[in-house]
This record gives sequence, structure tokens and C-alpha cells, in this order.
Amino acid sequence: MAHAYTPGLKASSSQLIQRTRRLPIPGDVLVEKGDVIQPDQTVARTELPGDPLSLNIANRMGVEPEDINSVLKVQEGDEVEEGDVLAFSSSFFGLIKREERSPVSGTIEMISTVSGQMVMREPPIPLELHGYIKGIVIEVMPEEGIVVQTRGAFIQGIFGIGGERRGEIKVMVDDSGEILDASEIDSDCEGKVLVVGSLATSDILHRADEVGAKGVVAAGIIDEDLVDYLGHDIGVAITGQEEIPLTLIVTEGFGPMRIADKTFSLLQNVDGQDASLNGATQIRAGVMRPEIICPEEGFEESLASETAAGDDASEADDGAGLDVGTPIRIIREPYFGYLAEVTELPPELQVIESEARVRVLRARLQDGTEVTVPRANVEIIED
Amino acid sequence: MADETKQKVSKDEIRSIIATDCGSTTTKAILIERQGDEYRLIHRGEAPTTVEAPFEDVTMGVRNAVGEVEELTGKEFLGDEGVIVPRESDERGTDLYLSTSSAGGGLQMMVAGVVKTMSAESAERAALGAGAIVMDVIAVDDGREPHEKIARIRQLRPDMILFSGGIDGGTVTHVSETAELIAAADPKPRLGTGYELPVIYAGNKHARTHVKDTLDDLVDLRIVDNIRPVLEEEVLEPAREEIHNLFMEHVMAQAPGYSKLMNWTSSAIMPTPGAVGRGIQNVSEQYDMEVIGVDIGGATTDVFSVFQETFNRTVSANLGMSYSICNVLLETGLENIVRWLPFEVSEADLRNRIRNKMIRPTTIPQTLDALIIEQALAREALRLAFDHHKTLATGLKGLKRARDMGSAFEQETTESLVDMMTLGMVLGSGGVLSHAPRRIQAACMLMDAFQPQGVTLLAVDSIFMMPQLGVLSTVHQEASAQVFDRDCLIRLGTCIAPVPGQDYYRSDRLFGRDVVEVELQMPDGSERTETLKFGELRRIPLQEGETATAVIDPTRRFDVGAGLGRTLETEVEGGVCGLLLDARGRPLYLVDDPAERRQLIREWIESMDIYPADALARYIEGQEV
Repeated sequence: MAHAYTPGLKASSSQLIQRTRRLPIPGDVLVEKGDVIQPDQTVARTELPGDPLSLNIANRMGVEPEDINSVLKVQEGDEVEEGDVLAFSSSFFGLIKREERSPVSGTIEMISTVSGQMVMREPPIPLELHGYIKGIVIEVMPEEGIVVQTRGAFIQGIFGIGGERRGEIKVMVDDSGEILDASEIDSDCEGKVLVVGSLATSDILHRADEVGAKGVVAAGIIDEDLVDYLGHDIGVAITGQEEIPLTLIVTEGFGPMRIADKTFSLLQNVDGQDASLNGATQIRAGVMRPEIICPEEGFEESLASETAAGDDASEADDGAGLDVGTPIRIIREPYFGYLAEVTELPPELQVIESEARVRVLRARLQDGTEVTVPRANVEIIED
Repeated sequence: MADETKQKVSKDEIRSIIATDCGSTTTKAILIERQGDEYRLIHRGEAPTTVEAPFEDVTMGVRNAVGEVEELTGKEFLGDEGVIVPRESDERGTDLYLSTSSAGGGLQMMVAGVVKTMSAESAERAALGAGAIVMDVIAVDDGREPHEKIARIRQLRPDMILFSGGIDGGTVTHVSETAELIAAADPKPRLGTGYELPVIYAGNKHARTHVKDTLDDLVDLRIVDNIRPVLEEEVLEPAREEIHNLFMEHVMAQAPGYSKLMNWTSSAIMPTPGAVGRGIQNVSEQYDMEVIGVDIGGATTDVFSVFQETFNRTVSANLGMSYSICNVLLETGLENIVRWLPFEVSEADLRNRIRNKMIRPTTIPQTLDALIIEQALAREALRLAFDHHKTLATGLKGLKRARDMGSAFEQETTESLVDMMTLGMVLGSGGVLSHAPRRIQAACMLMDAFQPQGVTLLAVDSIFMMPQLGVLSTVHQEASAQVFDRDCLIRLGTCIAPVPGQDYYRSDRLFGRDVVEVELQMPDGSERTETLKFGELRRIPLQEGETATAVIDPTRRFDVGAGLGRTLETEVEGGVCGLLLDARGRPLYLVDDPAERRQLIREWIESMDIYPADALARYIEGQEV
């Protein structure tokens, strides 16, 4: 078994990409199979049931739960407007009056003579599902959603924050190890996805935020800068739901480092092109990594001849094992972030400095140094 | 399926058992066979779990794991229809096939009750004990507005809800209110859309009719005996049993491939933590002692305990060594991690390292400093999980207890059941403990995190067989007990830790004072005497399987279980690390000054031989000595 334990991150200049777009509850699909859709286009729509609201009428009116019907002015199923009278009572010959008015508009869903509660439901909340990527609808799941397919550049990051966004790629540095000066981010960056080099510093993130950029892509981030920008710490590796105006994608890890050459040259190739990106990261069984997708011009034609390639084309894991000559990225100290090439795969377990007995490999770093690394601590650099 | 008729072989005739545990990432199979009069572990195999896409069939992972066992034994256990039961010959099939599962996120539950510290807490204990992850606890008095609770129920999408409230004959109104909240939320199950969410009602029996009227049309309602029929009593078993039934009927049946797996097994599939809990209870009975068990994983840490014959389990859902390692940092703070390190490290570097472990969870420490940092994090994860456990493993709250002397005062009994002095064994499992390069590292992590008092055996589960042995014990207690003792339990050693009296830490001088004298009669008949001063840690060789007679004589301000200054004579078990004498105080005393503290940690590392000295020297070179 010569597998790296950590699957490599993908960085491909042209590949088939499929994304399933699904409503959380059944609704209407607005597009048809074969339609070409845009990232911001609404492809399906539904209505989420309105929020329920419970009012303890018995308490509020000062009656026993079993007596609430004597004061209620509404019944189950009634529609009411905000301010409508729900319950009314008068006593002492009309001198003392009590009433309870509806705090919201909605429907009376339930009245309980056991607890004295009334449950109202507010009007439904419309929910629209966007296409996310420019592509062709290859499957419609009635009432649920669609599968959209495209061909284009595909880059995975290691960690991200922020949800789905769309913007034009703008490479701001010449060298992937350079740290961008935040002052270079100006109004030209509005609506764009900025490739900022080695580090997404706190200054860069705040500045990008101010000018209205849609995304920031960097090799690394310093832990404290992430906390500073988010305003809180991240405890568990599940992201994507943060309420921030831009999406951050880190390609290598935490700390200053270089964007892998292949990834950086790919980003340079798509400079100026429209991209869809998503920072959502989930590192558990069923790993989800952040992604950047840039559909090719004229992908419609190229896809026509490819649709037979199979649904899983984008997900198909090449599963390539490690071999002598395989390019790798080392993902833990003492060579964290180094790129290397496998030179030897000794089959027997070896004792490393920490005294653990593990499977290792020998690799040549870019400066020619030969090192020994546990196989668990490398990633294959994927095509 | 859970079908008794499938067990055609009587207990005495069982010679071969296959058991699997389908975890969220790995499926582990073990083969147990009877050799002469005893059952032993023969081989184990493992393979990736295949619940997620693209496979979406758990039985593929089971086939692969059992397939490894087939390769190792040269025997055949798999047929076209699954695991071959009953055994057809010595070379084909097995007498019993059992399984546990936590794949697909395990069993995720929400619980509700009336009073947060009473019925809601009892419901939480019932769910945890059954092996669930409790996503939220809703109570009438939890401080949230009704609409917030409704929103929460809708948002969580649990696998099932357990709801309780009121003693029999007590409040109906509040229980009804909770039922109405659940109805208003109209909750949907997490997996699958073709079935109704199971809701178990285990509250006031006089509210059953109304609960039924409110919920019956919306959910799959099950009614069981009240968890708190009277204030003084907690009856968890009926609710736990129903949770297990529903786990099989609904949750498992919805997970990919499980309906097939359920047909293969000789007995019901148990949720993994439920099986581990069963295993820990067996250990307590088998060795007649109070036990703490801990399983530290990548995402969660489970703590189990049996004190005063009461079993408790807690899950710290976000304390783990990889996916949730940053949460350990967040909850404990950097200074609490740094305090276990023998060298200086920059804060920024340490934070980045921890984050990088989170995003690349399968990497392993290559360098010694990385290993020491990881084990420091484990100490804190274990400590926090144990603190959490102590708050839930309590006597029943809400009871009024009359105090002596005819006092007019009454008091709530909320003391934790956990008593570290009466504790007999701490049993650890999980990669960071079971795979520590030196066993003494696991022993020290357990000592530092749990801080056992008096005389306590420390042990680890060699390959984390507890789930399989737990489910096996439900059908064959003897086989489970024998394999546990001979092949699963690795005794690290007995820890002897005197506890200072309350005023000791007020002294001007702590270090250098005599704490205890231990006279040992070794198995070879020789005698030795060890005297320890405060702050010392020492290791005495005593092999696994050996015992020594110890006369432990603490000085007047220390207690080892017999009272301050009182001598305790006892038998102590050996282990792979020997006998561990710990005079560092309880709570364990770490000096505040960072340089002095690092020096102290280095002394402990040296006296216990925890890490390789030459490699460690490289990391502290140039730093203060």
C-alpha cells in the first residue's frame, strides 16, 4: 500500500465539474434539462414555513387554560393581521377590560385548553436557490433541485471561511511568496476575488472588506489575523456559514508560506476571468474543502461531446498512489509547506524522532536536500 | 436482524465469534475463538467505512475488514449473503456475528423536559447512556423564549427526541406546553424523508393523553414509563431500551446498507458508545471496583464512569485531537497548554501548529516537540471532558434532604458521584493514548488529566476493542470478560498519589517536605522502601501480572485513602510502566513562574523516563536550564 493518507488538493486547468443544487424542502424547479444557467440565476424556489410564535393566552388573560375559549375571538385556522384582537374579556360591568392583540400577521395554528397556549404561524418565507456556477443543467430532480455541469479550472483550498460568492479573479502579486501591501487594494477591487500571495493579513482582509471585494485567496493566514477579522475564534473545522461580506480561501495552511507553484500559475492563467467560489470547509468523514471554479469560455460546446463521461467525472478520485517521482507537499513539521519529490518508499516500518514506528518515504526537497517523512505527513500534488 | 432464533448454537458450543465496529472513518473487525477453556482474540482487520458516497453501503467496509481477517487466518467467513452464520466447519463460517455502529454521525438526539436540573437532566442521562450525542436540552425553565426553542428544534433535525417532565400525578400543563412546542416546530428527521421523526415520551403518565392528542399525527410517538415517576427515583432503562429499538428501526434502517447488515448480525446492532458503556459497566463488575473510562477521538471525547454502582456517560462533542482540536485551545486557553511543556514556544507558532493539525487531521507528530505539544493538548482535552462529566454524574437534583440535629435547613443534593479516592481504575482509549510511542506517556497523560487519588490502577485498551466486547457481553458475558482481561486491557501500572489536607497549600514552603513512605514487599520476596518529598514523581519496576504488598505511610498532612496521616496496607498491581509514585499534590501543583515550571516538568520527564533525553535536549538547548 503506497497511498498518502491525506488526499491531495486539486488544482486543474480544465476539468469537468458537477454541482448538485438542492432545496432544503420541496419546491419548484425553474429551469429545464439542457438550459445554460448563470451563477446568480434563480434555479429553484420554495417557501419555508413561517416562524411559529406561541402565546400563553391563559396567563395573559388571567383565566384557567380550560376556560380560554370564553375569551378568544379567533379559532384555529383563522388568518389574523398584526394588531387584531385575539382575546377579549370584560368584568365588573365592563369597567375592567382586558384584551390581547396579535403581535404578528399570520395564521392561528393551534389552541390548547390544557396549557392555555396559542400557536400562531407567520407567513411563509420565500427561499431562492441560485445556480452558483455557470453551466448546463444536466439533471432536474423534480421539486428538489438540479445538477449543473461545467468545464473549467478547478482549484481546491485547504481551509476557507464565508459561503458561495462570484467575482472576477484579480491576481495582485507577481510572486506567490510575496505579502501584498494592503494599501494596494483600492476601489478597482470592488466585486473581485483578490489573489494576495503569501498571507491574508488582517489589514488585507479589512481593506478588501471595505472596498467591497468578493473574495481573498492566499497561501496562508496567521491564526490571530483570522480571529481578528472574524471577531471570534473557530473551534471546530466546520465553516461556510460566517456572516462576513467576503469569502477567504487559504491554499496551504496557517502561517506564512508560498502558494504552490502549480496553483499560483493556474490562478495567473484565470486572471480577469469570472469565478465562483465557496469557503465552506468541513474536515470530517465526507471532507469538504473550499473551492474556486472558473468555467471556460465556450464550455457548452465542449460539454456536448462529454456528457457521456459520467456523473462522477468531477468527483472521481484518481486515487493515484505514491511512487518514486510523485510530486508531494509536506504537511507537517519539520518540513511543513515544503514541496518535494518522492525518491524512495521503504516498505518496512521505521522509527522516527518521536519514537513512533510508522511507514515513511524518502523525498528530495526543491533545494536538493534528501529527507525522511512519515507517509501520513505528505499530500500528493494532484493534476 | 435482532432475531433470537438466529442464535441456533448454545452458549457452550460457541467457538468462533466475529464482531465489527463501524466507526465514522474505520470499520474494525475482530475474530475471537475458544482455545481450550478460554476465549482469545485471534486476529483483527480494518478497512475504511463505506457509508458515505461513492459507496453508500456499510457492508462493503464490513466485508473488507472481515476479508482482512480471512487473509490472516486462511479461513472463510464471508459468503454471498454476508458473514456466514452458523459455522459450517472449522474453516468456514462463525458461530456468532455481532456489530456496533457510530457511522453516519452516530445517534443524534434532542431531549426535552420541564425543569432543567430535574426531568430534563434525567432525560439527558438516559439519552447519553444509550449512546446518543445530545444536540440540545430544552426545558421550560432554560431561559429561552418559546419561539427560540421552536426555531432550535426545527434547525437541529435530530434522529429522535426524548421528552420527559413531571412526576406521575404532577404537572400536566408544563408537559403539554413542551409537547405543543414540539408540535409547532413540526420537526423532520435528519436522515431520509419518507418517515416520521421518532419522539419518545417518558414523563408524567397523566399527561399521556394530551401528549398523544398533540403529537400523534405529526411524529412517530412512543410512550414509555416515566423517567422520574417520583422525585426520589430515576428510572432510565425503559427510555434507553426504546432509544435502542428506535435506533435500529429508524436511524439504522435509513443509513446506507444497514438494512442488509441488520440481517447479517446474530443480535441487534448497538450504537458504539452504548456498547462501550456496557463494556465499562462489565469492567466495574468483573473487577469489583469503581471505574472511569475515557475514549478520546478526533472529534469527541466520551467519558464513562461507574461510581456507587451508578453508570454515567458524557460526550464532550467538541473536544478532540483533530477536527475539534482548536476547540480544546479555545476552551482551555493557551497558557494551560503551555504549562505542560518543558521548552519555550512562541504563542503564534503554537497556535498555527494547532490550526494546521485541525485542517490536516491525519498527520502524525514526526518531531519530539510536536509529540509533546500534542500530548499537552490531550491532557487538556481529557481534563475538560472529565470536568464536564463530573457535572452530570451527580446524585438526583431537586431532592430535599433533612439534615441532622433536627436542623430546619434543607439542602439540595447535587454532589458529583465521582470520588477520586474510591476510584479503582482509569481505563483510557483513543489514538493519542493507545498509540503513544512510550506507554509511560499514556500513563502520565491519564495521571495529569484525571489526577487519581490514593491507589488507582491505570490502563489502556490495546486496540480499542471495547465496542465489540460490549456488544458481545450482551450475548456472551464470559467470552467478553476473558478477552477483555487477556487481550484488551493493558495495565500501565498502579498510581499511588497522597492528597494533601486543605491547609497544605497555605504553607510557605511546599517543596522539600516529606509526603509519604512506601514499604514494598516485591514479588521476588525482596523489600524496598521509597520516601517521597513534595513535588516528586517516581517509577518503580513491577511487571504486568505481578503484585506487591505495599504499606503506604503518609505524613500527617497527607491522605492515601485511610485518612490524614493514616497508614494504608494494600496489594498493588504492576504494569508495563511499573508502580507510579506521585507526590505532586492534589490538585496537582504546578509552579507559576514559567522557567521554574519548565524545570519541574523536565525533572518529571527525567525521573519517569517519559521522552528520549537526547532528542529533548536539542529542544531545550539554548533555553534556560
